[in-house]
Amino acid sequence: MIPTIPQPRLVTTAYKAYVALFFVFLALPLIVVAAFAFNDSQFPSLPWEGFTWNWFFGSERPMIGAFHERSILRAIGTSVFVAFCVSALSMVVGLSNAFLFNRYKFRGQSILYVFMLLPLVIPGIVLGISILVSSSRLANGLWDGFQWDVEALRPGLWLVILGQFSFITTIATLVIGARLQKFDKTLEEAALNLGAGRLTAIRTVTLPYLAPAMIGAFVVAFLMSFENFNTTLMLVGSDAPLTIAMFDRLKEGSTPLLNAVSLLLMLGSSLLALVMIAFQKKG
Amino acid sequence: MHREAKLGLILLLTPFLLWLSLLIVIPHIDLLLVSLRERVGVGQYEISLGNYLTFFTEPLYIVTFLRTAVMSIFATILTLLIGFPVAYYIAKMAKGRTQSALFLLCLVPFWVSELVRTFGWMILLRETGIISNLLQSVGLASGPVEMLYNDAAIMVGLVYTSMLFMVVPLITTLESLSDEVVEAGYDLGGSGFSVLREIIIPHAMPGIVSGSIVVFMLCLGNYLTPTMLGGKESLWFTELIYSQFIVRFNWELGAAFGFLLLILSSVIVWGMLRLTGQSLEKTMG
Repeated sequence: MIPTIPQPRLVTTAYKAYVALFFVFLALPLIVVAAFAFNDSQFPSLPWEGFTWNWFFGSERPMIGAFHERSILRAIGTSVFVAFCVSALSMVVGLSNAFLFNRYKFRGQSILYVFMLLPLVIPGIVLGISILVSSSRLANGLWDGFQWDVEALRPGLWLVILGQFSFITTIATLVIGARLQKFDKTLEEAALNLGAGRLTAIRTVTLPYLAPAMIGAFVVAFLMSFENFNTTLMLVGSDAPLTIAMFDRLKEGSTPLLNAVSLLLMLGSSLLALVMIAFQKKG
Repeated sequence: MHREAKLGLILLLTPFLLWLSLLIVIPHIDLLLVSLRERVGVGQYEISLGNYLTFFTEPLYIVTFLRTAVMSIFATILTLLIGFPVAYYIAKMAKGRTQSALFLLCLVPFWVSELVRTFGWMILLRETGIISNLLQSVGLASGPVEMLYNDAAIMVGLVYTSMLFMVVPLITTLESLSDEVVEAGYDLGGSGFSVLREIIIPHAMPGIVSGSIVVFMLCLGNYLTPTMLGGKESLWFTELIYSQFIVRFNWELGAAFGFLLLILSSVIVWGMLRLTGQSLEKTMG
C-alpha cells in the first residue's frame, strides 16, 4: 500500500483512523499526568476540584508545591549531578571508542566491537547487581588487606555513576561513530598536506565536524541517566536521584505533587530535545 | 608514522579496555562466582551449585521465571503488531512535513521518564481513575471498575514503554524501501497481502529484529511496570532479584537469579538472530 496506488476510500480512512488512535494512546498518559498537576485536591484522580497552582508554588501544608519541597529539590540536584558526570564520561570514552573502531584495523577488532555492543543486551538490573557485587568484593578486600575503608565502593552516588556510565558509553559510541563514518577523510588529508600535524588536523577539522554528534551524545546520555531506573535502583545509597525518590513516594500513595514534578520533567526534557534538534540542524 | 599510529591505537584502546573489563567483564565474572558459592558458616563459603538447585526445586521461582519470559515475548509480539502499521504509515504514506512531525510525535513520550509514563497509566486505570469514571458516566459500568493490578495492565504498560524502540528501527528500515519495488510487486499481479509478505516484511527484517531484541530486553529487565501496575499475584523475575539482594540480603541466590536472567535473555536474543540470519553488529551497530 503506497500513495501512488489507489486504494478503496474505506481502507485509507480506516488506516488513518488507526494511526490517529495510536497517537491518542501515546499521548493519553502524559496528558492526564500533566492535567492533574493542577487539581485542587489531595489525590491525582477525579473528581476535579478546581484549578490551582499550589502543587508548584504552594508553601503551606497540606499543599507543599514542587518548588518548596526540599527532598524533591535535593533529588533533582542529585540527578543533575549524576547525569552531568555520566554524560561527560560517556562522551569522552564514546569519542575515543568511535575513533578506535573507525580509524584502526587490528586483530580481534570485530570481537571487541561485539563486546562493545553487549551492554545493550544485558538487562539493566543485572548490570546493577554485577557492579554492586564486584565493588563490594573490592571494598571488602581493601578492608581485610589494608584496613582501608573506601566509601566510594559502597552503594551511593559514585556507584550509580559507574553503573549508568557502563551502558550509556555504548550509546555515545554509536551516536558519535555514526557521524565519524560519514566523515570525508580527504578533508583531514588536505589539512595534513597543508602542513598540519596529525593532532592539529583532528582538532581543527575532524572534531568540529563531530561536534553536533558529540553534543547529541551528551544530551542523549544526560536524558538516559536522568530517567534511568533499573541500574540506579540496585546501586543507590542514601541520597536518591529523582526517579528513585519519586518511586518511593509513589509506593506510599501519590499526591498531585508528583504530577507537578512530572510536568516539570516533561518541560525540561522537551527543552533539551529542542536544543539538540537545533544543534543537529546546524551540523 | 608507523610508530605514531601504534601509539594512537594504544591510547585509544586503553580507555576502551578499562571500561570493558572493569565495568562489564569483571563484574559479571564476580556475579557468576558469587552465584556459585554457598554460605556454610559465618564468613565461610563453599563452591556449590546449591543456589541453582534452590531455583529448580522451588516452583514459585520457576513459574515466575517462565511467566516473565512468556509475557515478555508476548509483549514484544504485541508491540510489533501495533507498531508496524504506524511505522509503515510514517515511513511510506506520510510525506514531507507531516512525516517529520509524526516521527517527532512518536519520540516525545519517551523523553520523559518511565516512572512518569507508568504513573500516567495508574491514573487512567485505577478504581478512581479516568477510564473507570468514564465507563460509569456512559453507563457501561454500575460501580467503580478496578483495571489496575493485573496482567493486562502490565501488558499495556510494557507495550507503551517499549513502543519507541520498535517504531524507530522499523521506520528507518522501511524508509529505505523504494516505492518502485512496491509498485513492481503490484504490477506483477501481487495482492496487498502478498506484497506485504514477499516484499515489505523481508525488507524490514533488520528493523524488525533489532526492534524486537531491544523491546524484549526492556520487558524482561523491567522492574517498574510490573511492580506498579501488577498485582500481588503477578510477580516479575526482576522483583525476585531485587528482593533477594535488597530485602533478604541473600546475594548468593540473587546473583544466581541474575545470571539465569542473563542466560535467558542471551539465549532468546541469539535464537532470534539465528532464526532470521542477522548478526548483532548489523542490527545494533
